[in-house]
Amino acid sequence: MIAIENITKTYRMGAVEVQALRGVSLKIERGEVVSIMGPSGSGKSTLMNVLGCLDQSTTGRYLLDGVAVDSMTDDQLAEVRNRKIGFVFQSFNLLRRLTARRNVELPMLYAGVENGRRRRAAEALEAVGLGDRMDHRPTELSGGQQQRVAIARALINNPAILLADEPTGNLDSRSGEEIMQLLLNLNHEHGITLVFVTHDPKIAQHTQRIIQVRDGLVEEGLA
Amino acid sequence: MNLTQGILSALEGVTANKLRSSLTMLGIVIGVAAVISLVSIGRGAQASVTAQIEQNGTNLIYVRPGSTQQGGVASASGSAGTLTQDDADALLSVAGVAAVAPELEGRGQVSYLGSNVNTRAIGVTPDYLTVRNMSLADGEFISEANVNARSSIVVLGSGVADDLFGGTAGAVGQKVRINSQPYTVVGVLASKGSTGLGSVDDQVLVPLSTAQARLIGGNRYRGASVLSSINVQAANSDEMDSVIEQLTLVLRERHDTIEGSDDFTVSNQQDLLATITEVTNTLTLFLGGIAAISLLVGGIGIMNIMLVSVTERTREIGIRKAIGARKRDILFQFLVESAVLSLVGGAIGNLVGWLISLAMGQVQFGSTSIKPTVDIDAVVLAVGFSLVVGLFFGIYPAMRAANLAPVEALRYE
Repeated sequence: MIAIENITKTYRMGAVEVQALRGVSLKIERGEVVSIMGPSGSGKSTLMNVLGCLDQSTTGRYLLDGVAVDSMTDDQLAEVRNRKIGFVFQSFNLLRRLTARRNVELPMLYAGVENGRRRRAAEALEAVGLGDRMDHRPTELSGGQQQRVAIARALINNPAILLADEPTGNLDSRSGEEIMQLLLNLNHEHGITLVFVTHDPKIAQHTQRIIQVRDGLVEEGLA
Repeated sequence: MNLTQGILSALEGVTANKLRSSLTMLGIVIGVAAVISLVSIGRGAQASVTAQIEQNGTNLIYVRPGSTQQGGVASASGSAGTLTQDDADALLSVAGVAAVAPELEGRGQVSYLGSNVNTRAIGVTPDYLTVRNMSLADGEFISEANVNARSSIVVLGSGVADDLFGGTAGAVGQKVRINSQPYTVVGVLASKGSTGLGSVDDQVLVPLSTAQARLIGGNRYRGASVLSSINVQAANSDEMDSVIEQLTLVLRERHDTIEGSDDFTVSNQQDLLATITEVTNTLTLFLGGIAAISLLVGGIGIMNIMLVSVTERTREIGIRKAIGARKRDILFQFLVESAVLSLVGGAIGNLVGWLISLAMGQVQFGSTSIKPTVDIDAVVLAVGFSLVVGLFFGIYPAMRAANLAPVEALRYE
């Protein structure tokens, strides 16, 4: 599913070069539930950005679903994000002006889906338990409900992999637990590959595999 | 993303901040309204001046005295005083000339009972009526017999009749005094309105011989009374140029002058029209140009707001890119937003400009009123220009938005 080999990422901050990733290799199989852990500044976020095709590595190879991503143009990467990757962010990242349903419709708009957008968005919202909140704007929803909208949006184009960056970080423990259950159910029932990026051991407990990132390198360990 | 979706999403963006969007549009509204109303007023002024000049008669050629040279100093044009009745008679024999109407112009104080008016007094011959395309409201015109007899009769312009008798009726048969001399009113001219160059309604006409002998007098040249101008009517408008050429040759021979030092000028209605059209065109262009500057300022307003909007919505752009928006999707979204702002502003501006034009049409400027004409080309130009302005000033902010890196845009707070 995901295979990266010897990935490095160098940032230039003024005159100083910062090496955020220093040769990372890892494999994630289809249907796996993996967490990427590490203290802040370890390169964890950079790894997540590279995995999510939001950023490109400086050197190294990245195969996503058998396709080499490392040499793609910006627009090709946009298409990969659109069709193959779903994002769930700590701060939900919904568009505040739009209703829940319109937020969920957006990835279909960029994918060029002409028909059935409203119906599919409604079905996705029902699947995450928000059938009665479709025409509410994010400000009218609780944190847990907003994260459900974000999950519905992430799944709408049937991605191969779902990347969740501290998905419970902004939630109270009860709705955090509900969101975790929702995500894990998606894996059980639909076999969606889940990658959590977190520093919360409670999340890591739920995953089959933990990848520790430290100083730009990875150390594998079983949960 | 297709066009309809893009426009819908842009409309959402525009309506999300209504106060800001309407203030931005206001710049374009003012610009377009200014272009439309100023150009329409310019066009209206041109149309009314042209129409009034054409009223003076068609196929009309003016022969006026030129300036004289005395000791190398040129005097004012029209001061030569070398045109005489003999010249007028000679011009009548030129091929293609239908009629000749010599005139001598001066000022007269016209009084009747208690009221009096200072106006233009012109000595004319019977042909003057048809050559100058005039008609009578009442009574009759000066006859050949009147001219031969130096009769003390007068034909009043409608404005003068209004001032003295309160209307065109009731004046005929009354006795008025012009510069203290008694004259009998035999006719009143129908109103023609102002030409913008002095109204033909504000004048009185007397027989040419009477004017030369008593009322105006004037200089003498080679023993004959001078004329202030000779109106020549050509038989056919196609022959105007050749008639003018012939007239010029005849006068040169009679006055013994050579080209370049003529003591007369020959011009026609078309020359006057062409000059005035050129002047009003320049004026319209000038007014439109000033208005276009405000449109440009409105465009800069759009760019300013779009730049603010891009910065403010950096995170939104990041989110859109994360879920699959390509560069051209973002570019398109922001371009359509600025185009919507400028187009809606342009449409409202058209309406406002049209209303201003209508309002200006109700206002009287002295005795003249201008009928502003809103032409479709001005509308198309103003709306097209506002769209171009919107796209031009929108492209830079939109490029900025499209080129944002997704990671950095997402990190933006």
